[in-house]
Amino acid sequence: MDKKIVATTSLAGCFGCHMSVLDIDERILDLIELVEFNKSPIDDIKTFTKHCDIGIVEGGCATSENVHVLKEFRKNCSTLIALGECAIMGGLPALRNNIPITECLEEAYLNGLTTKDNNPDRILPNDEEIPMMLDRVYPIRELVKVDFFLPGCPPTADLIWNALTALILGKEMDLPYEVIRYD
Amino acid sequence: MKSIVQNVLEKYNSDATRLMDILIDVQEDQGYLPPPVLAEIAETLDISEVDVLQTVSFYHFFSTEPRGKYSVYLNDSVVAEMMGRAKIAEAFEREAGCKFGEVTEDELIGLFDTPCIGMNDQEPAAIINGVIFTELTAFRVKEIVNGMRAGLSVEELRAQSLGDGMNASESLHSTVDNNIHKTGAVIFSDYDPGEALAAISKESLSPEQVIERVKASGVRGRGGAGFPTALKWEFCRKAKGEKHYVFCNADEGEPGTFKDRVILTERPNLVLDGMTVAGYAIGATEGILYLRYEYRYLRDYLEKILADMRAAGQLGKNAGDIKGFDFDIRLQFGAGAYVCGEESALIESAEGKRGEPRDRPPFPVEKGFLGMPTIVNNVETLCQAAKVVVKGADWYRTLGTSQSTGTKVLSVSGDCKFPGVYEIEWGFSVNDILNMVGAETGEVQAVQVGGPSGSCIASNEFSRILSYEDLATGGSLIIIGERHDLLKVVVYNFIDFFAKESCGSCSTCRALTMMYRKTLEKILAGHGKRSDVQAMLDWVPIALASRCGLGHTAPNPIVSTIKNFRHLYEGRIVNADETFESSFDLETSVAEANRTVGRKL
Repeated sequence: MDKKIVATTSLAGCFGCHMSVLDIDERILDLIELVEFNKSPIDDIKTFTKHCDIGIVEGGCATSENVHVLKEFRKNCSTLIALGECAIMGGLPALRNNIPITECLEEAYLNGLTTKDNNPDRILPNDEEIPMMLDRVYPIRELVKVDFFLPGCPPTADLIWNALTALILGKEMDLPYEVIRYD
Repeated sequence: MKSIVQNVLEKYNSDATRLMDILIDVQEDQGYLPPPVLAEIAETLDISEVDVLQTVSFYHFFSTEPRGKYSVYLNDSVVAEMMGRAKIAEAFEREAGCKFGEVTEDELIGLFDTPCIGMNDQEPAAIINGVIFTELTAFRVKEIVNGMRAGLSVEELRAQSLGDGMNASESLHSTVDNNIHKTGAVIFSDYDPGEALAAISKESLSPEQVIERVKASGVRGRGGAGFPTALKWEFCRKAKGEKHYVFCNADEGEPGTFKDRVILTERPNLVLDGMTVAGYAIGATEGILYLRYEYRYLRDYLEKILADMRAAGQLGKNAGDIKGFDFDIRLQFGAGAYVCGEESALIESAEGKRGEPRDRPPFPVEKGFLGMPTIVNNVETLCQAAKVVVKGADWYRTLGTSQSTGTKVLSVSGDCKFPGVYEIEWGFSVNDILNMVGAETGEVQAVQVGGPSGSCIASNEFSRILSYEDLATGGSLIIIGERHDLLKVVVYNFIDFFAKESCGSCSTCRALTMMYRKTLEKILAGHGKRSDVQAMLDWVPIALASRCGLGHTAPNPIVSTIKNFRHLYEGRIVNADETFESSFDLETSVAEANRTVGRKL
């Protein structure tokens, strides 16, 4: 059997979901028998070099760069998986969604306890190298079609393992109650 | 001198289960419920402030902030919209000088939206300080606001001829119209006050015999669900409890229905005798008529009738001359919450709590009001049962069809010549009814049967028969003409209504109503995909996981229009690309942040 090609990324996430991928422990040796990684922080490939079978996305979209990466994933991956709370619902970063972005920026750079006396020129970062901020944090399904959602913060290693192997081997997913946990 | 709050608390014996009455009385005196007053109420009732606040925050007519010396609640139901509500709202905003949801700076006038107030046959309509104003025009709005500025009383502001029938009576004195266009054999026929009780006493009927007679007649619940009435009574009679209770559900909140309002106006004694008969059948001593706050204007009228009944011996000790049967009735008002029409939510509300539906079982017939066996019957059901007791089951079975006996009172509104109330026998088709009410066939796009929680049918189903076996309905028919954009005007209004009225207790209902609304918004904005339409159908089984009927039926406006008017959805789908969402626009979403940091795209 040909190895399936997998890409992963973390958008507005904390990398906790990626840590959970690593929590499959020694099963990672079985995994590399089944898959080849392409663009992913796991092997540090920065851009897609071929079309992938499976794309795994952690985190929602908070910046223009997140949007760009997400769209690249959708274009280059046959199956797209939203991994964890932030990709599915926006998660912790989306706590800012009820506060106008201007207020968030002012609090972070002008009025916050650690910045108000240390930013005498009252600079708000606007270098063109820095991604642009979105008005709110978007769950990824509001931008692209998502094929599977794996919930949790982070999703358990067993959930990720079961889902991935089922998808790769074309089996039905084994998702007992204990595997779907939210913390 | 005692404070008004203390007087009110004393009036209700500082009984925490009467919290609704206490809050309503205080608010009517003070105009709103200031937090220190809530603290005082909590302390006297010996409950926590949060308990008081959670009840207050549940009902939309309660407010902890001033809502103006004159609080205008303008109906925003779909028929109001169809009858020109937008122009009236505009006129109010222009004349008053504030927006809806706000109070003028001098705190004179507050403008608020409110869902269907049960006046669909005389829209646009509003409630101002408890008084109903119907058939509003921009001219009337100007006159009303000028009157407010001149300090007139609400009664003076009304300056309109009194309504028909009992609306013009001294104790009611309302400009509301009944618009009864067809009377029938059961409800709008002759009835002498006390007749049903007299029948029991004359024939010496035992409670069991009363239940038998109602059972033989085949009367079923008229609220929409159609549960056999006698069976409910029998379960309750057999259930053990110190006391049994009869509730009459006059929380007529389903948008498009207003028949109970007319029945309570024209046949109050039939309703109240129906409650008394039910009380006799189940062994109750107390009946509670639960009315929605929108019908507060009926209070003095109904109180007077109750007083007359007591004077005539139809209530009280040995009520209706039936030895050993003591029974009395009191009124209970809600304060604006659609979900209270659900029987267990209604009971919670009558106990002074948030009107959140209970888990069932146990059903109210076993554990209802204050944990005691309770029946909750629709206004019309009780009338039907009372008439059965008077005229017999055989007579009753000659009316209607074999499965659906008796008559049904319909509330007809929307695009037709004669909106109003019609009492018909079960068994007529939708076409018959359209002919009856003066709706031009060929100009009717759709008929919403049974309100938003019912179904929206197209002309290919107009031959269906109104009955429990075919097209069951609580009685509301909204006729929607060809000129209206069905999805934008009607379906959106309904799903928005459910999103606002969901009590939020079940996450399935709380979240799904918002998801349906958002997805419809997306489709209306031209960003919909075929998979969005399919998704809305796929969510239905999840909605059924909710605790009560609101959650179960909330998808109906969308699901029934996808079924019967699929082309309207598909016609709005312009985005052929299923992979990317066209509703997301990068330029728009980064605009504010870029402006703030001074960056160009």
